[in-house]
Amino acid sequence: MPERERDELERRKAAASSALAERTPFAYASAPESSEIVRIEDRYGLFIGGEFVEPKSGRWFGTLNPATEEVLSEVAEAGPEDVDLAVTTARAAWEESWRDLPGRERAKYMYRIARQLQERSREFAVLETIDGGKPIKESRDVDVPLAAAHFFYYAGWADKLDYAFPGRLPRPIGVAGQVIPWNFPLLMAAWKLAPALATGNTVVLKPAETTPLTALLLAEVIQEADLPPGVVNIVTGAGETGSNVVTHEAVDKVAFTGSTDVGKIIQRAVAGTGKHLTLELGGKAANIVFEDAALDQAVEGIVNGIYFNQGHVCCAGSRLFVQESVFEPVLERLKERLATLRVGDPLDKNTDVGAINSKQQLRKIEELVESGVEEGAEIYQPACDLPARGYWFRPTLFTGVAQSHRIAREEIFGPVLSVLTFRTPEEALEKANNTPYGLSAGVWTEKGSRILWMTSRLRAGVIWANTFNRFDPSSPFGGYKESGFGREGGLHGLEPYLEFEEDGRAG
Amino acid sequence: MPAERGRLSVRKTYKLYIGGDFPRSESGRSYPAVDGDGEVVARVARASRKDLREAVRAARSAFPGWSGKTPYNRGQVLYRVAELMEGRRAQFVEEVRRAGATDPEGGVDAAIDRWVWYAGWADKIHHILGTVNPVAAPYFNFTIPEPTGVVGIVAPPDAPLLGLVSRMAPAVISGNCAVVLASERWPLPAVTLAEVLATSDVPGGVVNILTGLTAELVPWLAGHMDVNAIDVTGVPEDQRPEVERLAAENVKRLVRAEDGETDWLGDRAQSPYTVTSFMEMKTVWHPMGA
Repeated sequence: MPERERDELERRKAAASSALAERTPFAYASAPESSEIVRIEDRYGLFIGGEFVEPKSGRWFGTLNPATEEVLSEVAEAGPEDVDLAVTTARAAWEESWRDLPGRERAKYMYRIARQLQERSREFAVLETIDGGKPIKESRDVDVPLAAAHFFYYAGWADKLDYAFPGRLPRPIGVAGQVIPWNFPLLMAAWKLAPALATGNTVVLKPAETTPLTALLLAEVIQEADLPPGVVNIVTGAGETGSNVVTHEAVDKVAFTGSTDVGKIIQRAVAGTGKHLTLELGGKAANIVFEDAALDQAVEGIVNGIYFNQGHVCCAGSRLFVQESVFEPVLERLKERLATLRVGDPLDKNTDVGAINSKQQLRKIEELVESGVEEGAEIYQPACDLPARGYWFRPTLFTGVAQSHRIAREEIFGPVLSVLTFRTPEEALEKANNTPYGLSAGVWTEKGSRILWMTSRLRAGVIWANTFNRFDPSSPFGGYKESGFGREGGLHGLEPYLEFEEDGRAG
Repeated sequence: MPAERGRLSVRKTYKLYIGGDFPRSESGRSYPAVDGDGEVVARVARASRKDLREAVRAARSAFPGWSGKTPYNRGQVLYRVAELMEGRRAQFVEEVRRAGATDPEGGVDAAIDRWVWYAGWADKIHHILGTVNPVAAPYFNFTIPEPTGVVGIVAPPDAPLLGLVSRMAPAVISGNCAVVLASERWPLPAVTLAEVLATSDVPGGVVNILTGLTAELVPWLAGHMDVNAIDVTGVPEDQRPEVERLAAENVKRLVRAEDGETDWLGDRAQSPYTVTSFMEMKTVWHPMGA
């Protein structure tokens, strides 16, 4: 290591230890976002046929604020009869109005939804944070703007579909059954609804049981947009409700985002039915840092890659591969940066890491972290105070991780980073691809040819070079291998919602 | 078969094609292939589960090399397959005729032309389905199609040459490696095609062709953890649910020809979208800045 860099390292070490001693170099006053703007009902029915209706199941379940464990509201649990009603309603709406509506008209409804999402963005952001535990700065700056952008982007496709696939005449499939996860509740609803509506399908959407509220607020927006009743139906519930949606015989197209285990169950469940299927599943992304990378930027990218949204991100950079020659400086800077992450009240505008989404997820993270310690990896967690109530987990990193450790193989879906090393690009590639997953990857180097060499060989659907965890409605997203199939976003995100008649110009 | 012109003919042994070699089935099994009139034409190898696993291994080994070639090179290599097929045209016509085809010449001509058509897509598919994405931030962002890996192809049973070519060519042109189950009833054109491939410049392992009992082999192919996609066009209807369930074991991509695409002589039987049905879309982000 050059002397200059060693001095710099020493300086940083000293700064980090003094920072730890004084807790943080700066004291942050709390800056809470007011929750006044949000009005949460005591109870939410199912959104079917453009109205909120009581569940025929007669069952309700509570949804919590994971940062306080306080019950926010009661939500209907859709039973088989409720799902059947939702699907039949969606089918009727498709046949009676939506299927034959000109694309330009579909577009205008979607533009209305996009605009209303922007108009009520603060309300959505606060509600998302209250119901799911993610920091307000993320729901405010990422989830909600991207959700609106998705509707706006796909609205513009609705009347341009004939230009999307040369030589093919597109037509809608019918009723889409969509099951979404709890990590980006509103954004995932937008990822699912926007392309489905643009292409002329109607929808039955099943939000995750721990985070139903923003989807139900979106239902209100949909009502106000005067979308024809039944075009979008939202049924709340847990796994059984989702299973009823995807297996319903009048559902023509199934789209699921969630774990690989559940994805496989769904793929089996629709086997032989002829239903169209897309799956966006788990990941165990490699984030690869070469010795010539801009290390400070790389450290920011590593932090954003794994601690963004408490690590509840399917494409999280959960396996960090550092070239051996820069292992020490990267690790030092990373630890120093971890010590400055602010963990706590998700509504505080300073908060970097919010609450773990549910008790169940917290248990899963704890169990995997324990396995990491038991299997011999070395754990590091910065000192930080955690609130007394709610579900919390400190930003965590492991060194001395072997490829065979569970923490290097299994998706943790929490703020836990496994650090490994490599010597050559070939070794990095070999290790990075050594996983059944293939959703995303990251590469950090200042050498352009190496970026392209790596990105063309990494077996993953989304690759970030010198950045991480960027999303955009025009950018296709989806996995290789057991991370699923089909793409969401961009031109390619239209295809899963269309059937085609080739017009015979081939030959 | 009687001696022709006073000479006893030299009969051919129809074997498997795995990793560029022509082995018999490790199981030592064979079965009789009959022609349209029910007459036994030849005995062919009856592949086992172990043969299939060998074929997948060979395909996986060939994948880095084949997918790493330039599209221009792959296009030329596959074009040459058409050249060699043309040279064997009479043999293909005879085999397809014995398989009961009504227009054997037309079918073989279409199969050769289809190779040529798909060979030309090797360096053009990226133009049609790759994109540059106008993200709302200072990043250069693009999406390119890439081969998915090892692809299982169950040949359509009733079109032993043209159906097979129509499903196989679009899979391998992009860089995938294939494990093919030949038509069980009429396997001879597939074996002859294997001989064409073996004498062309297609590297060993890129295409592996197994003859045998479809119902026996398909579940092993569908459940194999190192096969990324399976084309079920040739799977009998009653076996499709089982095959699709097994495919979920490693989230295999299920590919099939839609109605209208199985009129093998028709224009809809060939499409660049069949090429991309065996491909993944990869999106790459890079910041822009001075």
